[in-house]
Amino acid sequence: MSNLFELLKQYRDPVLARRLIDRIRALAKRLEERVLIMHVCGTHEWTITHYGIRYVLPENIEVRAGPGCPVCILPAQDIDTVIDLALEERLSVIAYGDVSRARGTMGLSLEDARSLGLDLRIVYSLQDAITIAKRESNKRFLFFGVGFDTTCPSTAYMVLKGPPSNMMFYSCYRYVPPSVGWLLELKDLEIEGFITPGHSGTVTGMEPYKKYFDRNPKPMVFSGFEPIDVLISILMILRQIVKREYKIENEYTRSVRWEGNTIAMSTALRVFKLEEGLWRGIGVIEGSAFEFKEEFSSIDARRIYGLEKPLKEDYMPSGCRCADIIIGKTVPTECPLYMQACTPQRPIGPCMVSVEGTCRIWAEHRVLSQLLRH
Amino acid sequence: MPQMCLGYPGRVIEIKGDFAKVDFGGGVIKDNILISLVDAKVGDYVIVHAGYAIQVLSEEEARKTLELWRSILESEEGEERV
Repeated sequence: MSNLFELLKQYRDPVLARRLIDRIRALAKRLEERVLIMHVCGTHEWTITHYGIRYVLPENIEVRAGPGCPVCILPAQDIDTVIDLALEERLSVIAYGDVSRARGTMGLSLEDARSLGLDLRIVYSLQDAITIAKRESNKRFLFFGVGFDTTCPSTAYMVLKGPPSNMMFYSCYRYVPPSVGWLLELKDLEIEGFITPGHSGTVTGMEPYKKYFDRNPKPMVFSGFEPIDVLISILMILRQIVKREYKIENEYTRSVRWEGNTIAMSTALRVFKLEEGLWRGIGVIEGSAFEFKEEFSSIDARRIYGLEKPLKEDYMPSGCRCADIIIGKTVPTECPLYMQACTPQRPIGPCMVSVEGTCRIWAEHRVLSQLLRH
Repeated sequence: MPQMCLGYPGRVIEIKGDFAKVDFGGGVIKDNILISLVDAKVGDYVIVHAGYAIQVLSEEEARKTLELWRSILESEEGEERV
């Protein structure tokens, strides 16, 4: 019997890793100048940190994390809104684990709001949320939808199937491709290449990135999440830079296709439309927020209660460098709060809250001395 | 499996309507995985993210990527030795 798990073990093969690292070093010597590569996915950050990839890269090659964590870019104002609404209207809130610990503008998280009487339920998936709502039909539930294009389609599917009548939604889903477009326009940080997100890309496909690439051509490589995947992707980016031939390439061919998962995306776009949306630490990005279409007003908490969507500059706790960490302008070890006041046990900034946040990943791997190289 | 919620490959072992039972290896089996957004059948490997399968993984492509890079490395390492 075939076994993909066995095959995937080869994507962690240290001998193959060593050979790829030698190639990366050889190319880096030819390049001389510094190369800053950005990835935009929490899982990539996990792989890079967990396998110590930064420590084996040559001096002039740096890989930095960009906005790849839905909880990190979730506007603090939305957390406030959900807490206030739920307490006022006596709604029970259903959220993913990470979301419940993220703090609003007054430092209050959903978890904290429990002591004010908030009924909060933590789930792994929307299916679990629906099970809860069906079981407790005497209560009204608000599902706090936080995530990227990877999470949004399953919500859309369940909405089309008809969710329980005692359930409504607060959508903070975000569409990733325009955020990469935004990073490409960034003037004060020169990113030479992108490790583009393999799972988001699996759903959206590579095609939506083309218009941003055409405007600002930079190497883009859709990458898988095993250490060998990441090393190959870095090598592919460096080869493009050496040849000065920039392309959108695909390393993660076992999952990413040019057109993406068309069933998932078309399902998402039957329920949601793409509008401007606020990303915490970044600002407003055009066409990046999944908003319910009008025909779904009856389950859209924003419409039901006439809530304004936040579009103004968002709040960060004082001293917190998350805004710069989210866009890769700096790294956690440069933040004065990192592992001092802000720890995984008592997170202050959003990047320490989520398991996909750069600070949290570094903290859990005891990264204390990584410096900015450039 | 530290990052279950972030996207993890698993093998479909049973499908009932919209949902599947998925084996993630190492004794971890999860039920109630939404399978309707991919064209998957029992025995396929899928990537699961936040409770639903986002894509069917291609074993052939997984093999081809490794083969391609092993051959590129061989020829480039060969050039260096000359």
